[in-house]
Amino acid sequence: MTTTTPATPRALPPLGPTRKLKVPKQAERRLANGLTVLAVRRPAVPLVELRLWMPFGRAHLARGALLSQTMLSGTQTHTATQIAAELQKVGGGLSAGVDPDRLMLSGAGLVTGLGRMLEITADVLTGATYPAEWVGTERDRLVDRIQVAQSQPAHLARTALLKRIYGRHPYAVQTPDPDQIRAVRPPALRKLHAERVHPAEAVLVLVGDMQPERALDAAEQALAGWRGDSRSVDLPPIPPLEPGPLLLVDRPGSVQSSLRIALPAVPRTHPDHAPLQLANLVFGGYFSSRWVENIREDKGYTYGPYSAVEHSVAGSVLVAAAEVATEVTGPALLETMYELGRIASLPPEPDELEQARQYALGTLQLGMSTQAGLASLASAYAGSGLRLDFLAEYAARLAKVTAEDVAEVAARHLAPAKAVTVVLGDADRIEGPLAALTPVRRESA
Amino acid sequence: MLTRRARIPATKYPVERYTLDNGLRVVLTPDRSAPVIGVAVVYDVGIRSEPEGRTGFAHLFEHLMFQGSENLEKLAHFRHVQGAGGTFNGSTHLDYTDYFETLPSNALERALFLEADRMRGPRLTEENLRNQVDVVKEEIRVNVLNRPYGGFPWLTLPPVMFDTFPNAHDGYGSFVDLESATVADAADFFRRYYASGNAVLAVSGDIDVAEATALIERHFGDVPARPAPQRPDFTEPDLTAERRASYTDQLAPLPAVAGAWRVPDPVDDFAGYLPYVVLAEVLTDGDASRLVERLVQRDRTVTGLGGYLGFMGDPFDMRDPTALLLQAHLPPGGDVDKVLRTIDEEVDRLATDGLTEGELARTQARMATHLLRDTDAVLGRALRMAVLEQQRGEPGLLNELPRLVGEVTEEQVRAAAATLRPERRAAIEVIAGGAR
Repeated sequence: MTTTTPATPRALPPLGPTRKLKVPKQAERRLANGLTVLAVRRPAVPLVELRLWMPFGRAHLARGALLSQTMLSGTQTHTATQIAAELQKVGGGLSAGVDPDRLMLSGAGLVTGLGRMLEITADVLTGATYPAEWVGTERDRLVDRIQVAQSQPAHLARTALLKRIYGRHPYAVQTPDPDQIRAVRPPALRKLHAERVHPAEAVLVLVGDMQPERALDAAEQALAGWRGDSRSVDLPPIPPLEPGPLLLVDRPGSVQSSLRIALPAVPRTHPDHAPLQLANLVFGGYFSSRWVENIREDKGYTYGPYSAVEHSVAGSVLVAAAEVATEVTGPALLETMYELGRIASLPPEPDELEQARQYALGTLQLGMSTQAGLASLASAYAGSGLRLDFLAEYAARLAKVTAEDVAEVAARHLAPAKAVTVVLGDADRIEGPLAALTPVRRESA
Repeated sequence: MLTRRARIPATKYPVERYTLDNGLRVVLTPDRSAPVIGVAVVYDVGIRSEPEGRTGFAHLFEHLMFQGSENLEKLAHFRHVQGAGGTFNGSTHLDYTDYFETLPSNALERALFLEADRMRGPRLTEENLRNQVDVVKEEIRVNVLNRPYGGFPWLTLPPVMFDTFPNAHDGYGSFVDLESATVADAADFFRRYYASGNAVLAVSGDIDVAEATALIERHFGDVPARPAPQRPDFTEPDLTAERRASYTDQLAPLPAVAGAWRVPDPVDDFAGYLPYVVLAEVLTDGDASRLVERLVQRDRTVTGLGGYLGFMGDPFDMRDPTALLLQAHLPPGGDVDKVLRTIDEEVDRLATDGLTEGELARTQARMATHLLRDTDAVLGRALRMAVLEQQRGEPGLLNELPRLVGEVTEEQVRAAAATLRPERRAAIEVIAGGAR
């Protein structure tokens, strides 16, 4: 077959009228202990989503990682198994996670069990005991997990990139060494919990099939007894990117090369943010971008390249990432530099900009259309001091961006001259092709 | 005796279903709580249907369905979906292949146009085929060859458990087979399997049923009628003796093992099948589950554990033959035999002594949350209902699943556990070639 150009071509139907972005109603209360509670109603399914964001910057890396793995391991009144079983009874579950900015407790359950989930959350926050037996088990599991992570190219490439761009900043190392983990004992976890698991600057987000005011009442009732003095910990701003030779990290025998490029970005509230988002989309931030159409759909070098702005408390950075076949590593970098150079040097075509704008606006709607999506968005926003109503402002900013704005922002943010590039791969095979394009500094993994 | 059960809530998503003159089945499930829609087209062909010598072809063909069609140039599909503010994808399963979009609701007609256009015929060219063979090879490198535990156990366990090509072969495909695929193969595959009578269209979310019905008729009504092909019989006899295999994963730092047991036909014997879905969760869901308590916490012989139905992890999208799987990652130097023996012991204990007070009810409550959470996403409803229509003619079952899961009894779970005998098990062990 089968190229069948039809006798009478059919025309693409136009879009219907756009429905205005409607930000759901939310209620907010700051409790006497300093905890901020946000409640958002979305009644679609009879569930509730919970996200508790606690500032955790500069926490000891290994202790913080193990604390998040053992926070739910027991309290004065419940064993770990009982905690899990009590949560299950109301269809609930909780898990804790940590990154260089925050400790996060998150979960979901039947909305009829909201009160119970909050009680258990309070029990953990005020009475986690870090029992030695459990800590021992979880310590070994965490060591194993880190070993598995260290065998994954995506993890190794990210580790090398973070170290390269953050230097001496606390963000530079985000995964503890197994030996550091092995040295952590329960008293250190109890001390870290006592020092840092505090309500003062924490934000609890509840989204679900409930009346927001009632959810605030339930949260206040359960969590009013959570205490702890705020010890404000400021992270220094991230250092500016320092372009230099491409950093080549050796992974002998690798059948693909992991290409990572960091570029300067701005926080969500910065006037450049909306135009930068659109510039990034045109470059490589979605499937219909120049970069993806080039290195995947035209050349077949890669499967899932992506490029996105990553926001952290201390600053934002744009990261472009692709796993490319070892034998085309050089050509893939060449096309990447070409596309960055193009977006930095020439304004986008009007239809390219419109397509990116519609995508940015539409995916805001999609992201808000589930309880889980709303909860994660509200929590991420709250972590940068924003509320969901910022969505409306962001949409308005996106609507106003011009091609000149994109060109101007792209010249400052997406220029290949500003890029920090890290490649993880079989160095003996790819060093030559890469060195033909740019100076290379080689390092073992 | 009446057992007290957790009160399991339900959804009441309305369901309209009908069939166009060309045989295309349609499911509509309106919900106007957010201005978004999900559109899914599911074809009744998957990995099990690909011909010998063409491993990976169903998935490769899925890629080709995005490479342009009657009225659409290459790249047009992506641009039209994303330029409308939407997202798209497709995926290839053992028994079906799906294509889907999530969009703001003002793009309904556009999405229908795009799906109808490729249902009439994709542009199958040599250039697109070669390009997508390259892309698929990179996909396989990312997901299988260049990472530890790649393809474990979904690609590595079926050849141990099954004897026939459809059930046993590598669904991602060998590079040799992928490279030898031709445009003629693709045209033939399309003609045979991508028939209007072999497909289901589901639309969920912010739609008016009458309007959507008219638009669907406008765009799909003149898709040429082709009947569904006869679905081959993929059944295989159950195992009568234990099967074990192992392989060295050069990238894996730690050992791992997965075991699987055949389960009743998910479609023809749904009532017999459901207790196994519950059993998998009783055994492995969370810190209060049987196997986590025993293997991870007490014995410390396992560091990570999972249990689920179907090789790709979805219990409600599989036909027979399928399996209950348990997989475990072990600490350094871990003893796989010991782990399997302990699993046998715990399963036996469950079958013999039954469940503890409240154990079943809390597991069922948690399962209800998972099921409801999946249906909150507009696309989750469209995809699941499309598959339920295709395999069972019963898309509304989605609303019933939390209740049905909640009605499984302790006796049924015990009886299910009693069938997980070592002599019916197929197991695959990963030897840690990357251990340091």
